[in-house]
Amino acid sequence: MKRLFLALCALCVVLAAWVSFDNFADGVDTQAAVATVSPTADVVAQGAYLARAGNCVSCHTAPGEPPYAGGRALATPFGKVYASNLTSDVATGLGGWNAQHFWRALHHGRSKDGRLLAPVFPYNHTSLITRADSDALFAFFQTVPPVARTTTAQELRWPFGTQAAFAVWRSLYFKPATFAVDAQQSADWNRGAYLVQGLGHCAACHSARDALGASGALDDLSGGVMPGTNWYAPSLFSPQETDLAHTPNADIVRLLQTGRGAHAWVSGPMVEVVQNSTQHLRVDDLQAMATYLQARAQHALRDGGAPAAAQPSRKASVRSVENGAAIYKDHCAQCHGDQGQGKADAYPTLAGNRAVLMPPVTNLVQTLTYGGFGPATHAQPQPYGMPPFVLTLSDRDMADVLTHIRQQWGNTGATVTEFDVNRVRVLQAH
Amino acid sequence: MKLIWTFWACALLSLSAHALDASMAERTRACTHCHGEQGKAGPDGYYPRLAGKPEGYLFHQLQNFQQGRRQYDLMARLIEPLPEAYLRDMAQYFSSLKVPYPAPALNASGVPATVLARGKQLTLEGDASRGVPACVSCHGPQLTGVTPDVPGLLGLPLDYLNGQLGAWQSGQRRAHAPDCMAQVVKRLRAEDLMAVAQYLARQPLPANTSPVSVRTLRDSTPTTATSDRTSTWTCGSAPGLLGAQP
Repeated sequence: MKRLFLALCALCVVLAAWVSFDNFADGVDTQAAVATVSPTADVVAQGAYLARAGNCVSCHTAPGEPPYAGGRALATPFGKVYASNLTSDVATGLGGWNAQHFWRALHHGRSKDGRLLAPVFPYNHTSLITRADSDALFAFFQTVPPVARTTTAQELRWPFGTQAAFAVWRSLYFKPATFAVDAQQSADWNRGAYLVQGLGHCAACHSARDALGASGALDDLSGGVMPGTNWYAPSLFSPQETDLAHTPNADIVRLLQTGRGAHAWVSGPMVEVVQNSTQHLRVDDLQAMATYLQARAQHALRDGGAPAAAQPSRKASVRSVENGAAIYKDHCAQCHGDQGQGKADAYPTLAGNRAVLMPPVTNLVQTLTYGGFGPATHAQPQPYGMPPFVLTLSDRDMADVLTHIRQQWGNTGATVTEFDVNRVRVLQAH
Repeated sequence: MKLIWTFWACALLSLSAHALDASMAERTRACTHCHGEQGKAGPDGYYPRLAGKPEGYLFHQLQNFQQGRRQYDLMARLIEPLPEAYLRDMAQYFSSLKVPYPAPALNASGVPATVLARGKQLTLEGDASRGVPACVSCHGPQLTGVTPDVPGLLGLPLDYLNGQLGAWQSGQRRAHAPDCMAQVVKRLRAEDLMAVAQYLARQPLPANTSPVSVRTLRDSTPTTATSDRTSTWTCGSAPGLLGAQP
């Protein structure tokens, strides 16, 4: 018994030592002499562009505060984390950092003082960023006007916010990674993969998170509900969801530029992504991302065989059918049209709309409940909007009208039940 | 010849103004669905009118919802991602609308005369003993607001007025710092707030419902008013008002 106890103790010590070594022995010398040449304007501009590609501004800016000054609360199932100040302020921002510190944060997920960063910061993705891009980003942040704003302390429940918890989590889920070019693929594909898996951190939303909050692999884009927002980030592979395998490259690019594709428009958190990030990217980069995403979707399609047949669903009752049609006529037809045809760039077509037909109803319920505006872009600085219907439609009404739009005008989506709607609504608790 | 050109210029201008209006009306359906043209009662409260309110005031309210100084989840969610430029466009659009006001739904009956008298006193004269200025000293001699930042106080239902004054007092509703309205409301007792709301909800709109300019406000300030003369009110959400009050 005593020997077993001692053996267990020894095992714990070894494990702790390994976890500690695994997390802190990254070998980045932050004292190393850093080149003192000031970066050229081109490098700064490149850094600004990369910051757009990474959508850093969305998390690192609080509502009404200067850009990159941090402070936005990021809700996780374990509590809140507040984004840090990236401005050039010496005391509270990145002004006192050097390029080595910054590289270590992106590549190893450690702060200037060596602390392990909360994995809310998607450093599993930023780890892929090349050293040159890291330096350009750093050069750009050094030009952001200083804002003195101390980063609010995290509010994670014990023990999730401790360094020990971060260390264990990292040993389970995080390995610093370097982007490996796939010689079998085109330059476009590789550029797209680099952007999607690295800065773009698409999988942070477009893959399901497990019980410890870890998202899927860097290239797992099979869809998932985003904790804290209750929106569903659709699968970028599935033919039933985004169907990128059959979407022309130009249409994927247009969606990322304007939020509007031929068969679906963005909604929910993706509005912010288009507005703050993708609309600003160069067309060649967007084309590269589209090339990569489409190739992955086509590959998944080949592997998965024929698309699943339409899901069997209960037939809606006559009363539901009538109710759904009546609600559509009263509340929806004015904008979306009698035949679900939509209106130009203002209101999406519902007939044949993939976002309408997609099996998970989460986003439909969210849209109907809270309404929302499209992204404000160069192309559309004054987007059109949809009002919230949470006060006028019951769960039953929502189910009926959603069934209506999923089964009219040639649409063959599954019936939505009151239970389906309720299941989404109860998760809304803040 | 010159006349013809002027005519065409005018015609074009009015056309483009109309086109902008028409398209903004379409773009802001998400707003008017609940607020209606003149304000609208909803299942969870009253959504005040937007038409004809001072532009700066409307813009500040949009910011307040976006930045957490006013609390209404549906409103905050709806406008959360919208950039400042678009919020300004919206404020400008709604401010430019001329929509008639309905007559007040309440009359003098049903509330003690003393309450209305107290409400009237606070509205027109303030309460010097508490350092509270008259409503008219900032919201305009006829309470129709002051351009560009101060809202009118008429044409609002009693419940809404009570709700807003209560929210100011509890700190649920705030404005840009320094928050002068919060300071004023916090100096008043609950029954005073109720009296003001009862009085305001019963006042008919004057013939001209447009907000007045700061100059008009300055000129109109009643010399007999026993308003708070000692404090210097600085309002973060209405910087133009500084020095306009008695």
